[in-house]
Amino acid sequence: MTIRVATPAAPLVALRGIGKAFANGVAALDGFDLDLREGEFLTLLGPSGCGKSTALRLIAGLAEPSGGRIDWRDENAAQAIGFVFQEPTLLPWSDVFANVHLPLRLAGVARETAAPRVREALAKVGLADFESALPRELSGGMKMRAAIARALVTRPRLLLMDEPFAALDEVTRFRLNDDLLALKRELGTTIVFVTHSVYESVYLSTRIIALAARGGAVVDEIEIDAHVARDEEFRASAEFARLCRRASAALRGAAGERL
Amino acid sequence: MTKGNARDALLPFAVLAGALAAWEAAARVLAIPTYVLPAPSLVAETLVKDREILFSALLVTLTTALEALTLATIGGVALALLISRSRWLERAIMPFAIVLQVTPIIAVAPLLLVYLEPARAVLVCAFLVAFFPILANASLGLASVDRALVELFDLYRASPWQKLIFLRAPAALPQFLAGLRIGGGLSLIGAIAAELAAGAAGRGAGLAFRISEAGYRLDIPRMFAALALVSAAGVMIYAALTALSHLCLRRWHESARGKSE
Repeated sequence: MTIRVATPAAPLVALRGIGKAFANGVAALDGFDLDLREGEFLTLLGPSGCGKSTALRLIAGLAEPSGGRIDWRDENAAQAIGFVFQEPTLLPWSDVFANVHLPLRLAGVARETAAPRVREALAKVGLADFESALPRELSGGMKMRAAIARALVTRPRLLLMDEPFAALDEVTRFRLNDDLLALKRELGTTIVFVTHSVYESVYLSTRIIALAARGGAVVDEIEIDAHVARDEEFRASAEFARLCRRASAALRGAAGERL
Repeated sequence: MTKGNARDALLPFAVLAGALAAWEAAARVLAIPTYVLPAPSLVAETLVKDREILFSALLVTLTTALEALTLATIGGVALALLISRSRWLERAIMPFAIVLQVTPIIAVAPLLLVYLEPARAVLVCAFLVAFFPILANASLGLASVDRALVELFDLYRASPWQKLIFLRAPAALPQFLAGLRIGGGLSLIGAIAAELAAGAAGRGAGLAFRISEAGYRLDIPRMFAALALVSAAGVMIYAALTALSHLCLRRWHESARGKSE
């Protein structure tokens, strides 16, 4: 039984004055600050090339910042990260079970020992009956589910998702949005989600940070009540429309456009 | 296998049978002397009559080709792994591998025969021609691993060894097997070329030696019989490596799909 602290003393991870330049010298991020609160669903919203994916990769340790600091509340948190890429990035030669087993296998957990956790993760994303299917036999949505199961199998405290549903059709995307929210409720994982979809960001998040087109300057920060049920009713509500208008305006401002 | 597939598979055999029949008829009707063009039936007869000499020669040539292929696989993969670790090494070594590849082996063989005993020279020749396609394809395979998958492995702090076993080796497999198929055919060509260059020095050796020996004696039927066995050896190597490739890739790789379904 874990004891929930109502107001965490420190953010799970804090980014301070982060700079990151691409190989061509363009600054993806410049002086970027972010406090990630435990348990929140944070969306980084912004136009292409605004550095939102870069921020995610820096948190994951897949890239080193060229300036600034990344402070973790504790070392365990830094280790317990799940990452869902834009593409499902499954091993094409391995079946679904082996793909989901992979993170544990790399940590030295044998197949037999890992099996209950792998099956649990597969059940959570609705792929219990597909453990021996190969990636090529799955639809786009199912591949993404397998990728999410793989990210969850290590029971991460922090789940980083880089435009995971961008390539999916709308019906599949809506279903995965709902399933992701259900997982979030069940597991309490902190999630950082990157998207350029205004509607997706409002539907999912408890907080949206809209980034400027260059350098990762924060143009708006929108808090959304975590207790509001996220369902079709919410999608049709005036509050949803209002939040979407605000996020859209931020995105337009971010892209430097005028109506 | 569907009816259409079965027909497609039989088609080449029908062409072969037709050609042999025409050849047989021409040899008999025109009464072509056997030292000019022996009839297929005579070639088959020779194959049976000289089976001891010819099949032991086939065994020698096949063994040499397979030994060379094995060595080329070990060497090619090992060097590909080294090269994949360092661009510097790749720049330093690849030009020489290419020079080795573009130099016709038939021109290298006489020189090797100066320094090595014939059997060893034949093996080295077969090795040299099979080596490059295996190295080149294994290198390409190891270099063409999906970057996102590499990042996935980085995320879970995989060791270089784990990356090799669970990611790079399987990802390189299709390219490697394509190289192996090319190398298999070339190893036979290398062995035959070196045997021909060795000539009389290659006493008691492989099929090519038997071909040139029969040529000196104007034993044309035996030349044809030995040639048929060389072709058969090539087909066997190709078929075995194709089957291996299919076995390894059929479950997941695009190249092996469609044919099996």
